[in-house]
Amino acid sequence: MAADTTVYKEIDGKGGDYFSLVGWLGLMIAAGLASVYYMEHHGHIVTGMTNAVVWGTPHVFAVFLIVAASGALNIASISSVFGKYHYKPLARLSAVTAIALLAGGLMVLVLDLGRPDRLIVAMTKYNFKSIFAWNIYLYTGFFVIVLAYLWMMMERRMVPHSKKAGLLAFVWRLALTTGTGSIFGFLVARPGYDAAIMAPMFIAMSFSFGLAFFIILVSVTYRASGRPLGDLILFKMRNLLGIFIAAALYFTVAQHLTNLYAAEHAGIEAFILMDGGIYTFLFWVVQIGLGSLFPLALLFNPATGRRCQGIIVASLLVIIGGLAQIYVIIIGGQAFPMPIFPGMEVSSSFFDGVVHSYAPSLPEVVLGLSGVATTLLIIAVAIKYLPLLPTSLSDAKVDPHHAPKD
Amino acid sequence: MTDKSMTKVDTSRRNILKGGAAAAVITLAPGVTLRTVEAAVTGPATNAKRWGMLIDANAPSDVWDIAVEACKAEQGWGKDEAHANPTTDPQWIRKVNVKDPKTGAKASLPVMCQHCANPPCVDVCPTGASMKRADGIVLVDKHICIGCRYCMMACPYSCRSFVHEDVHGQRPHMPRGKGTVEACTLCVHRVDKGQQPACVEAISNMGSDAMIFGDLNDPTSEIARAVSKYVTQRIRSDLGVEPGIHYRGI
Amino acid sequence: MRSTSRILSLTILGFAILAFTIGSSIFAAPAQAGEVPMPSPAKAFKGEQCLEPTDVMRRDHMDFLKHQRDETLREGIRGQKYSLNSCIDCHAVTSPDVAGGQVRTLKPFCAQCHAYAAVSIDCFQCHNGAYQPGIGDQSALPADHQAQAMIAALEKQLAKGADK
Repeated sequence: MAADTTVYKEIDGKGGDYFSLVGWLGLMIAAGLASVYYMEHHGHIVTGMTNAVVWGTPHVFAVFLIVAASGALNIASISSVFGKYHYKPLARLSAVTAIALLAGGLMVLVLDLGRPDRLIVAMTKYNFKSIFAWNIYLYTGFFVIVLAYLWMMMERRMVPHSKKAGLLAFVWRLALTTGTGSIFGFLVARPGYDAAIMAPMFIAMSFSFGLAFFIILVSVTYRASGRPLGDLILFKMRNLLGIFIAAALYFTVAQHLTNLYAAEHAGIEAFILMDGGIYTFLFWVVQIGLGSLFPLALLFNPATGRRCQGIIVASLLVIIGGLAQIYVIIIGGQAFPMPIFPGMEVSSSFFDGVVHSYAPSLPEVVLGLSGVATTLLIIAVAIKYLPLLPTSLSDAKVDPHHAPKD
Repeated sequence: MTDKSMTKVDTSRRNILKGGAAAAVITLAPGVTLRTVEAAVTGPATNAKRWGMLIDANAPSDVWDIAVEACKAEQGWGKDEAHANPTTDPQWIRKVNVKDPKTGAKASLPVMCQHCANPPCVDVCPTGASMKRADGIVLVDKHICIGCRYCMMACPYSCRSFVHEDVHGQRPHMPRGKGTVEACTLCVHRVDKGQQPACVEAISNMGSDAMIFGDLNDPTSEIARAVSKYVTQRIRSDLGVEPGIHYRGI
Repeated sequence: MRSTSRILSLTILGFAILAFTIGSSIFAAPAQAGEVPMPSPAKAFKGEQCLEPTDVMRRDHMDFLKHQRDETLREGIRGQKYSLNSCIDCHAVTSPDVAGGQVRTLKPFCAQCHAYAAVSIDCFQCHNGAYQPGIGDQSALPADHQAQAMIAALEKQLAKGADK
C-alpha cells in the first residue's frame, strides 16, 4: 500500500452558504423536536399510527438511516480491510458519515417511543433474549468502535493499527445490520417478516443506501468547497454502487420467489406484488423501477454514467427507492392482516381480517426529516472542525500511476 | 434493596413460627387469630399452577359481548377515551367472527391475550417489561415499559393495545397510562384473591359454561377435566407458543 | 495530537447537545422564579400513625413502594405491608385546587415536597391518585388467604430447613 500522502484539511465554512445551511438544518431539527413535544403531549393519537400499524414513518426514516450508517462505513472498510488504496482518502469522511447517520436514525427511533423519558430504563434494564436489547449494544458499540477507528486513522502514531480497528469496525457493522434486519426476521407471527433472509437483505440494502448517500455527500461537498474531485474515484464508487444495487435487488427477488413458492405465503405476496394499492405501487414503481433498474441504467449508460450529474441523480433515486423499500417492508408488512385463523374469513371490531390503513401525519414526517437534518448537521460541523476531507481528489492524487481516461 | 426485604419477610415469617407448629395447625381452619400477624401475604405465584381458560365457540355469540362489557367494567378501558377512535382505542378482549369461505360455517369467539407459555411479546421486549409470571399469566410491567411497541409487532394474536392518549379514572387495581402497552391481565388481581376473571364470572352468572377458568396443572380442576375429555384447539398452535387459552368448536 | 483532542471534544459536544435537546424536549418544566416555599404536606385523612415513623417514611417511602411494586406485579406476592392504595386510603384528602375539592386525592400530600425536592414522579400518569371506596380494604382478600399464607410460609421455612 502506498504511503498516505493525502493532505486533509478542514473546510473553510465561513461563507454565508455554510451558515445558512447550518441554520436551515438547525431549524429542521427544532421543528422535529417540536413535533416530538406535540406527539408526547397529546400521545400517539396525533400520529397516523394505530393499534394495527404500530410502527410508522419515524421507523421508516430511523431504519433507513441506521441501515445506511453501516453502509456508509464501507468506503473506509474497503480501504483498510480490503486494501483498495484509492478509497483511502475518503476513509475519514466515511467513518464520520457512518456515525452521523446512526446518530440521526437513533434520535428518531428514541423520540418516537411512547415514553422517551424512560430512555434510562432502556439503558439499565435488559432482556437479553430480545434482539432490540442486543441492538442497543450493537449501536453503542458501533459509535465507540468507529470513533476509535477514526481516531486511529487521524492520529499519526496510531495509523499502523488502524487496519485492525477497520477490520473490527467492518465485522461490527455486519453484525449491526444483521441485528437490524433480524428485528423483522424474528417476528414469527407476521407473514411479511419471519424470514432469515431479512438479515442478509438488510446488509445488501445498507451497502447500496449508504454508498448512494456517500456519493451525493462527496460530490456536493467538493463542489461547494471548490475542491477538485476527479472522475477516477467517482467512477469507482459508481461501479461499486451498481454492484450493490444489483445485490439488494437479488435479495429482494430471492425473498419474493421463496414466498411465492409456498402456498402459505400467497396472501402476502399477492398483497405486495399485485393488489396492495400504495404498497404495490411503491414496490414496483419506486423500489424496483425508479430505485433499482433506472439507476442501474443511468450508471452503466455511458451518456449518463460518465457525468457527475448522472451519478448523483442515480444515487438520489437509490435513496428514494430505499425509503420506499423500507416503507413497504415496515408499513406494508403491518398493513397486511395478521393470519389469526389461516384460511378463514375473519372480522371483528379490532379490524381483524382487513387491510389496515395508515396515513403518515405531519409530525411523524417532520420527526423523520429532522433525523436526516441531524445527520447532515453532524457532518457539516465535523468537516468544518476536523481535517476529514482531502484537499484534492483529483485523479492524480487518488492514483499517481493512473493513466488518463477511465 | 432485595436484601432489605428479605430481612423483612424473614422477620414476619419468624413471627408466624413463634407460636410454633402447633399454633399454626390450629389456626389453619378459622384463620382468625392470625389477623394481627403481619403475614397476611399471598404468593408468590409458582409454576405449580398454570392458569388457563377453555372457551366454547359453539355458545350463542351474544355471550361474548357480555364478556367484553364485563372486562371493560372491571378494568376500566374503552370508557373514557377522549377521541373514541376505533383504530387507536384499546381492546383487551374482542369478539372475532370466523367464517369458513368454502363451507360457509360460522363461529364467534372471544380473543384476548392468550397467555402463551412461550410468549413472543416477552421474547422481544428490550427491557423485560413484557413478562410472564411463574403461573403463566403474561403481563406488561408498565413501570418499565418504554412504549417501543415491539411486543405488538410480535404478538401473533393482535392482542395488545398501545395507549394513544391520556386516560383518566383508572381503577385502583389497574393502572393505565399514555405511552405504554396494555393487554388482558387474566384479571390477575382477582385470580390472586381466588376469584374468577371478570369475563368468566359474568358469563357463568348467566348460567352459561361457555368460559371455564382454572388451573390446567390441577387434574381435579374443572378445566383440566374438560380439556382431557374434549379435543380442544389453540389459536395458531403451529407457532408453538403454547397458549393457555383453549377453544372448542372452531 | 491535535486531531485526537478535537475528535474527543467534538464527540462530547455532540452527545451533550443531543442529550440536551432530547432532555429539554421531554423534561421541559416551567422554571420557577424566586424562593420555593417550605412544603407543608396535607395532614392524613385518617389515622395518626403511618406504617413507619415519619422520618423513616420520608426517607424510604420510595424504596418501600418500588420494591413492593416489583414483588406484587412480577412475582404475584399480594397483601404486603406497603402499597400505593393504602397511601391513598389514609393520605388522600380534598383540596380546593384539585377538582374543586370534590375528590380526595394524594396530590395535596405528595406534590409540595416533590416540588420542593425537585423530584418528579410518574406514578400518577398511570395510577389513579383519587380515593375510591374499598381501596385499602384488605377484606377483599379471599377468606382463606391467611391460611394460604401460613401454608406458604411454612413450606418456605421447611424448604429452607431442608436446604441446610
